Amino acid sequence: MNYSDLTVWIIIAGIGAGSWALRFSFMGLLGDRVLPQWVMRHLRYTAVAIIPGLIAPMILLAPAGANAPDPARMAAAAVTLGVGVWSKNIFAALACGAAVFAVLLNVAS
Amino acid sequence: MQDYPTHTISARGLFWKGFLDTLPYVLMVVPFGVLFGVIATEAGLPIAQVLGFSVTIIAGAAQFTAVSLMQDNAPTIVVILTALAVNLRMAMYSATLAPFLGGAPFWQKAFMAYGLFDLNFIMADTKFRQKTEWTSVQKAFYFSGTSLVIIVTWVLATYLGALGGQALPDWLELDFALPLSFVAMVAPTIRSLPHVAAAISSVVFALAFAPIPFGLGLLLAACIAMLIGAEVERRLVK
Repeated sequence: MNYSDLTVWIIIAGIGAGSWALRFSFMGLLGDRVLPQWVMRHLRYTAVAIIPGLIAPMILLAPAGANAPDPARMAAAAVTLGVGVWSKNIFAALACGAAVFAVLLNVAS
Repeated sequence: MQDYPTHTISARGLFWKGFLDTLPYVLMVVPFGVLFGVIATEAGLPIAQVLGFSVTIIAGAAQFTAVSLMQDNAPTIVVILTALAVNLRMAMYSATLAPFLGGAPFWQKAFMAYGLFDLNFIMADTKFRQKTEWTSVQKAFYFSGTSLVIIVTWVLATYLGALGGQALPDWLELDFALPLSFVAMVAPTIRSLPHVAAAISSVVFALAFAPIPFGLGLLLAACIAMLIGAEVERRLVK
């Protein structure tokens, strides 16, 4: 890494200000006006449209430094998904997935 | 958490309810923040700048992106714009929460925007659709409570990672804590056929568009997944 102190602070301030503006954008400008039905119908799916795509590569593709996907990660994610959909309980899902992951790692090593 | 008739709860009470509801999720934020502290410190940043990242930006994926580009000595403007592209999804979160929170005063919206994170977005998006009886003031104070927990946790975890991260053993595989937490958070929200359709499309298109740089593949995939979710819903209602 080869940046002056000032440059690093400029990077930090630039990303910080920009990120805040992105987060403030619609909340700040739209206010609480009622949006058309068709817009709301799309916004209902924001979370399920972004988060699975954000994490899928971390689970289904090879992790850093490896050249194949990690079966332990995929199994843990599958268990977490299954328990989460079935129980609707975030912490039960996470506990089961983490337990599977821990067991598989120990078996593998 | 015990639910009681919410019209009797003051705004201040809702703030603390949001705060307490978020506390268990601290477990999910800490490993990710620690990991950022470790990686940024190992990349050669002094602790003040590592903390500078977390205090001003409060967004894991964008911070990791910036530091990894800086390790390749990318031009300053490329680092900034790429990290912001990774954070573009925050504008979609902002639009989604606007009908619930947009009526709050400027200072409060400024604070909520500062503390808007993937995690409390999912929490609030789920909660506000259930608690239709909450007023917008109550929703804003609830969300402010969640924001405060996220901000404090994120900064403290980064600090811990920067200070003592090297002492952590590799077998912890901290980097897997984030995706696993997100699976656990999203799974319970998949409650209808349109949700299933949107989630599957999101995964398929995100993988297909993975080669598109600057995180723009994810945004494209998310837009398609939202269209598919909404279209499936429209056809089911007919």
